[in-house]
Amino acid sequence: MQEIQLIEIKEEILAEIKGLADQIRENLSEKKVFMLNIMGSPGAGKTSLILKTIQHLTDHLRIAVVEADIDSMVDSQKVAALGIPVVQIQTGGFCHVDASMVEKALDTLPLDNLDLVLLENVGNLVCPAETDTGSHLNITLLSVPEGDDKPLKYPLIFTISDVLVVSKLDYLDLDDFDLERVKTRATAMNQNIKIFPLSCKTMVGIKDWIVCLEQEISIFRNP
Amino acid sequence: MHELYVTKSIQQIVLKHAQKNGIKKVITVNLEIGALSDLQDEWLQRYFDRLSLGTVVEGARLRIRRVPAVFQCCECQQTYQIHSFYVQSLTCPHCSSAKVTLQTGREFRILNMEAE
Repeated sequence: MQEIQLIEIKEEILAEIKGLADQIRENLSEKKVFMLNIMGSPGAGKTSLILKTIQHLTDHLRIAVVEADIDSMVDSQKVAALGIPVVQIQTGGFCHVDASMVEKALDTLPLDNLDLVLLENVGNLVCPAETDTGSHLNITLLSVPEGDDKPLKYPLIFTISDVLVVSKLDYLDLDDFDLERVKTRATAMNQNIKIFPLSCKTMVGIKDWIVCLEQEISIFRNP
Repeated sequence: MHELYVTKSIQQIVLKHAQKNGIKKVITVNLEIGALSDLQDEWLQRYFDRLSLGTVVEGARLRIRRVPAVFQCCECQQTYQIHSFYVQSLTCPHCSSAKVTLQTGREFRILNMEAE
């Protein structure tokens, strides 16, 4: 009978892909390209926020978009209509984007002539939370119709997000969504999370979000 | 939802260590996964079984220790465990402060393996 031995491993799961994500971040930083990872449920308003962000920043920043969907080109067509370079990742059933997919997408973009890459992750509050994409800033959208209990149901994504955008604020009057409750819950998960309630329809709060993003990019460029 | 993806990573790490140590058969893999993770134990094992067919890992059991979600209050420094995010308030049960930080619950690592 063979003796059973205990072999120490002590390795982080997904460490390899994390290494690739760090490498992507480093390469982008060298080229002074800031990448934003935008997460949230399907229908939370990720594409709308991207379109609004482009409209506000396109005068002084060179922007490109990476769109990830399980299988469609709908979002990328909307972005392309604004004359912005866009690359579509079709994850083919995958529930999130990982660093290896991002690496391939970035290879097709003119990085030397870009300042900002907006990465739209697959609509999902679970899986994107466990995978580093190589972005400099993680933002999660939570739309008012989804309900204020989401930080309790999907806590992980709120712990890894730098920014929480509470979207579709125009629905606030029609809903029992409690904005203060979301703020308390999200902050308990993550003391450093910045919260921006806004509406892409009425434009309420958009300016604060744009100012925050501009500040983040400015700090990134002149550390 | 993405158990297959995670399982592939686990299997690769285990195989690498099995090869390095000249292992003939892996019996148990001990993992530490935080309470905040949505990974389902049953699906991790099912995918692992499937992926490890024909390797030294075939038939190995994943023993998963769930690390509880523990918060520390920034005001009174007390720590407390959250068993259910849905039922319990996240604020400090000792002084009611909302300034709290997550201490454990995000772990995601392979500790060791029992092997022949």
